[in-house]
Amino acid sequence: MRDNDRPLLVCEGLSKSYGRHIGCKDVSFQLYPGEVLAIVGESGSGKSTLLQMLSTQLQPSKGRVSYRMRDGITRDLATLGEAERRFLFRTDWGYVHQDPAMGLRMAVSAGANVGERLMAVGWGHYGKIRETSSSWLERVEISTDRIDDAPKTYSGGMRQRLQIARNLVTEPRLVFMDEPTGGLDVSVQARLLDLVRGLVNELGLAVVIVTHDLAVARLLSHRVMVMKGGEVIETGLTDQVLDDPHEPYTQLLVSSILPA
Amino acid sequence: MNAPVYNFAYLDEQTKRMIRRAILKAIAIPGYQVPFASREMPMPYGWGTGGVQVTAAILGQGDTLKVIDQGSDDTTNAISIRKFFEKTANVKTTTVTSDATVIQTRHRIPETALNDNQVLVYQVPIPEPLRFLEPRETETRRMHALGEYGLMHVKLYEDIARHGHIATTYAYPVKVNERYVMDPSPTPKFDNPKMDDCEALQLFGAGREKRIYAIPPHTKVTSLDFEDHPFETYRFDAPCALCGSKTSYLDEVVVDDKGGRMFVCSDTDYCETRRADGHKGAGFGADHQVM
Repeated sequence: MRDNDRPLLVCEGLSKSYGRHIGCKDVSFQLYPGEVLAIVGESGSGKSTLLQMLSTQLQPSKGRVSYRMRDGITRDLATLGEAERRFLFRTDWGYVHQDPAMGLRMAVSAGANVGERLMAVGWGHYGKIRETSSSWLERVEISTDRIDDAPKTYSGGMRQRLQIARNLVTEPRLVFMDEPTGGLDVSVQARLLDLVRGLVNELGLAVVIVTHDLAVARLLSHRVMVMKGGEVIETGLTDQVLDDPHEPYTQLLVSSILPA
Repeated sequence: MNAPVYNFAYLDEQTKRMIRRAILKAIAIPGYQVPFASREMPMPYGWGTGGVQVTAAILGQGDTLKVIDQGSDDTTNAISIRKFFEKTANVKTTTVTSDATVIQTRHRIPETALNDNQVLVYQVPIPEPLRFLEPRETETRRMHALGEYGLMHVKLYEDIARHGHIATTYAYPVKVNERYVMDPSPTPKFDNPKMDDCEALQLFGAGREKRIYAIPPHTKVTSLDFEDHPFETYRFDAPCALCGSKTSYLDEVVVDDKGGRMFVCSDTDYCETRRADGHKGAGFGADHQVM
């Protein structure tokens, strides 16, 4: 069996309860290399809880998440040591926060922001780090003469693009995105989505993207999972779910988009 | 009125035991910051309360103490601490580096090579080298535990991006025994190479931050750098005006308001010893006329 025919991320019966309150209930899916999965739903539907569990930031109450490591062996993430988990997070994974200030070092130059992961995995040549940083800035359409400026001097859209570059520099295979277009104006959103779609295709990234914006899901994802009250109520190919929703809630969600 | 009676070297014996345990642990794990129950000392924080506690804990009756502040034996801080131990421990004190068995220092390592019968005690203001990049103590401890030091290079990267070279000139981060990244206290980076494979035991005490760390004798200490921007020491390009030394670390002394300045050894004992041996510098006034 070729590597690409085996799932990258496997999630089985994942549940999280906060006391009596349920954050997320019995979620299972498989994610294949190069696949983009959108998790949609309204606020409080458990999207972010799920994303945090997938990315090992939150411990599930039940169920498990396994990941096929670079050596080809699929391992239960709960059994990884902290060092291994953090290493995975800086190399084979990316995490794009909704608020770029969470994912960037705001007072450190853009070049160092992108280069940090490289230095963390042992790159010791300034010239090479800088060259790689600047080529990544170009790829995310940030002018390279801004390389020595700190992201606090950047606009919202630029910060988000810088955050993406910072995550992709170690060529991860899986990227988590939490509302990456939240808080950006529409034209900037469109440009960012275009960029992300290009990079995903080019690099063959697998992406789990959480969004409440169905347009984002339609544009980026291959598959959609609709969540409500902590449960997955509908799942399928993006076109299928958005054009022919079966569940009443999904129908409501789809019909609530304002016509362009 | 009764004059206060101090225990030998001011601290009570239980406190000294506590500090010695921290020191032993620090020696066992070179470069690791060991927390200890730092005491209030009769001097303000920032004046060497950490160094004084370490010195008090290791001082014995047969020891000879030398205290330097920025290389000098005769500045206020050095004199006060020396007098403090003369009074509370009644130990011999000296200014001669080679005669001392315990040397407490603020921001310099003596020019004279140290030997295996000596202990160098550093006063440390901020022991955490990652502090200005990562303000959370929980996070920096985890980074030390897991050996995640990418962030330290981010700082050096920023230096080169801004100034074209590594512009950190003091408190230059080092890696001890190929494991822990350590702040060598605000010594000039000129002194960093002296820490490597040093014959003497080096102890670091931070009173306010309540940390002790150590470099045992003959431990490998490397300064962090990049392959294409290797670590370099810096020294003013001049001989000492008093003793003519071309290798010692120099202080720049402004001598008038017309741009006149002279360069002299920062290590006063080293300079005096050389002058006593007959070495002479160009002297104050040779290339500068006093008005």
